[in-house]
Amino acid sequence: MTEPLPTIVLIGHGMVGQRYLEALAERGVTATHRITVLCEEPRPAYDRVHLTSYFSGSTAEDLSMTPAGFMEEHGIALHLDDPAEHIDRAARRVTSRSGQVFPYDVLVLATGSYPFVPPVPGKDAPGCFVYRTIEDLLAIEEYAKDRGSGAVVGGGLLGLEAAGALQGLGLATRIVEFAPRLMPVQVDEGGGAALLRTIESMGLTVHTGVGTQEVVTGEDGHVSGMRLSDGSTVDTDLVVFSAGVRPRDQLARDCGLDVGERGGIAVDARCRTSDAHVYAIGECALAVDGRVYGLVAPGYEMAETAADDLLGREKEFTGADLSTKLKLLGVDVASFGDAHGATPDSLDVVWSDSRSGVYKKLVVSPDGVLLGGVLVGDADSYGLLRPLTGSVPPVAPEQLVLPAGVGAPVALGPSALPDHAVICSCHNVTKKAIAACDTLAEVKKCTKAGTGCGSCVKVIGQLLPAATDKGLCGCFPFTRAELYEIVRTRRLTSYEEILDGHGRPEARGGDGCEVCKPTVGSIIASLAPTLGASGYVLDGEQAALQDTNDHFLANMQRNGSYSVVPRIPGGEITPDKLIVIGEVARDFGLYTKITGGQRIDLFGASVDQLPRIWARLVDAGFESGHAYGKALRTVKSCVGQTWCRYGVQDSVRMAIDLELRYRGLRAPHKLKSAVSGCARECAEAQSKDFGVIATASGWNLYVGGNGGATPRHADLLAQDLSDAELVRLIDRFLMFYIRTADRLERTSTWLERLEGGLDHLRDVVVHDSLGLCAELEALMADHVAHYRDEWAETLQDPERLRRFVSFVNAPGAPDPTVKFVPERDQVKPDLAVLTIGGPVR
Amino acid sequence: MTVELQVAQGWLTVCELSSLIPGRGVAALLPDGSQAAVFVDRAGRPYAIGNQDPFTGAHVLSRGLVGTAGGRPFVASPLLKQRFDLESGRCLDDEETVVRTYPVRTAVTS
Repeated sequence: MTEPLPTIVLIGHGMVGQRYLEALAERGVTATHRITVLCEEPRPAYDRVHLTSYFSGSTAEDLSMTPAGFMEEHGIALHLDDPAEHIDRAARRVTSRSGQVFPYDVLVLATGSYPFVPPVPGKDAPGCFVYRTIEDLLAIEEYAKDRGSGAVVGGGLLGLEAAGALQGLGLATRIVEFAPRLMPVQVDEGGGAALLRTIESMGLTVHTGVGTQEVVTGEDGHVSGMRLSDGSTVDTDLVVFSAGVRPRDQLARDCGLDVGERGGIAVDARCRTSDAHVYAIGECALAVDGRVYGLVAPGYEMAETAADDLLGREKEFTGADLSTKLKLLGVDVASFGDAHGATPDSLDVVWSDSRSGVYKKLVVSPDGVLLGGVLVGDADSYGLLRPLTGSVPPVAPEQLVLPAGVGAPVALGPSALPDHAVICSCHNVTKKAIAACDTLAEVKKCTKAGTGCGSCVKVIGQLLPAATDKGLCGCFPFTRAELYEIVRTRRLTSYEEILDGHGRPEARGGDGCEVCKPTVGSIIASLAPTLGASGYVLDGEQAALQDTNDHFLANMQRNGSYSVVPRIPGGEITPDKLIVIGEVARDFGLYTKITGGQRIDLFGASVDQLPRIWARLVDAGFESGHAYGKALRTVKSCVGQTWCRYGVQDSVRMAIDLELRYRGLRAPHKLKSAVSGCARECAEAQSKDFGVIATASGWNLYVGGNGGATPRHADLLAQDLSDAELVRLIDRFLMFYIRTADRLERTSTWLERLEGGLDHLRDVVVHDSLGLCAELEALMADHVAHYRDEWAETLQDPERLRRFVSFVNAPGAPDPTVKFVPERDQVKPDLAVLTIGGPVR
Repeated sequence: MTVELQVAQGWLTVCELSSLIPGRGVAALLPDGSQAAVFVDRAGRPYAIGNQDPFTGAHVLSRGLVGTAGGRPFVASPLLKQRFDLESGRCLDDEETVVRTYPVRTAVTS
């Protein structure tokens, strides 16, 4: 008999709870313990810090903090929508709302906090909200439809965010703050004044120094206004309370754990409560320094501390940095260290420019130590100043805040920071740890730096070694995008001409390499009609550039045989055509498999069989599916409105139209697409390079999605498009991608690399900010007009057909080394899997 | 002009030089049942190495792309892209691995 594993029960699955689970996983605890999580919300942990971005196009999925498969991989049982209701410390078990009982050896409370609603009359009327969860946002969004005005009670961090969200929903918005200035905790009087001016200039109404006395309701019982402490009454259709948060410690109180006078579960430096079996972390905990931290970074640190303590490792949490940098309502606001100058004898250095809404203050000690500061309107220097806090900066403090052109500022780079300077305060990562990495991706993976609030990413970039050679390969000093421009503007159609004229000196006159040849081949192919070149990939010199797949118009498999994939646009196929595929597969002894892209793969064809297989397929009306090329593969679809009771548009028709329009289009990487007939998303359009989802009024276009090894959800580019608008936008998007992406760079990584990201892409392809759109559309029109099926074309060319032999000196003989054995009523390669290692590019 | 390979039995005519595309290869079946991959570079020089890719066991090297690295010609396997020097047969990515080479020449057809 085996001992049952010790059990950890985590109550609360917010950002801190998830971080605790990751900390356990990193320490191997998930393998030695059974872990159960009770979560009140209907969804796993998401990024509450960036909640408001939900209104600017992020989806609930974008905000998710829980990596796909994380719970399964680590055997963690997550119970959503089932909060803990009772803790029995004597019996060591937790009862959830659904009545389930969970025994524990270790209990961790990560219940977070709840929004404080001042006890004013009318606070519960329909139209009153708090701003804490995605569900709160959804409720506000729903209620705000057809309503004109809103008010936020509270002008702190969250209040300003909420106000921005209301304004984004089209409401005339006012902010009511009891303190004499906005953001009273983080910002001083001068900063508050700068903030007020800027926010008022954006059209928001701000009341400071007044309280809310009553929420006034109309005849229907819904919110109609507010009465303020100065005696005035203002009209508003909805009220969002954002007057601070309180720790959620009720569970702890009910089971007799020690709590602070003003709330918060009392913990020691190891995050242990008054019961040795119970920890509390994050916003529900009262730390040893007597504070309840309402920021995520200290919560993360507590999660690490509690995880370490479980293993008997010593790590203490005794207090944390309260620095914050935010972009609220489009205004940069940052506050760090002793922002209010509370240290005795401290001195201020202030730069204030009310014309531009910029206010910067540094607090320094008499001996020059930087103690803290406030930045409003321009917080660029935050990334440098915060790590310098506590030390004497290498230059005079005023030089760090003065704008260029005033008093000779110095360009102080991150190189001036000491090794121990903390660059990422969310994850407590030092400059030294970051400098050990080569790329941002590596930094994020190895240290987590840059994966929290993201404010340090710019500084991290400056600490990493600059890539000195961006060249495509040993033959060219140019990137793929630069080569594309060279080929396009100089109208070059010959690889040798391009290599000899633009290659590295040592590569000129040579044979190039397997990296640049297919790349140049793809560029020429995607520009062919425009350059006046033949788009046929096997024409002339073009033939020598193609990877073996493109050269043989089929996919090479591991034993040297090929697979053939006929195009089945939109996945729609007649019974007659299905029968032809079946007959071809049977007659040539091919292994048959339905792919994930709604097509049928036929495996095991030898080189000399390919033309005969194509001939049968082409005769039956099939064409090449381009499964071999860096080109458009499939446009997947659901059945849509025609058959489905939920469908709102004809997704099959649209999928077929798109697949036929873009078939054969050569790109830096393969392209996949899908069209879903309704928001149920049966075609999985959001995991595609471009995906389309039907709405009642048209089509929503998503771009930059990716399945595969590094999945990424696509971003919403535009909404409610007509058929013509949709196609025009996709034309522009694809051509812009083909023009600017790196070799083998999928749209997802391209979009993430693109400076300015989705907003920039939208500017270029929707708003035509670069004036490129007509040209992009013309390039696509050329492609569409000149499309020819490569299989059919090859079959008509006896010269090219001569290449489809196994042996040049024995044209009729098949390759005897390509052999098959039966498996599950079909064939599989008869070839041992070799284990010789070796570098693979 | 033909391309000829030296095998145990002497010089074996493989094909017309004109049927080779510069930068690409063809496979030839040899009298002993083994296979050679025959290439021609852009300067018209022929090369011949064994056709079997030692990393996968498949007879596919003839279907790789030809290139130049450090002034020497190579072919990149179409499967996992290891490079092989066309003159020495040495794998440029793995010192231990070598494929065989064949003496090759072009001859004027009578």
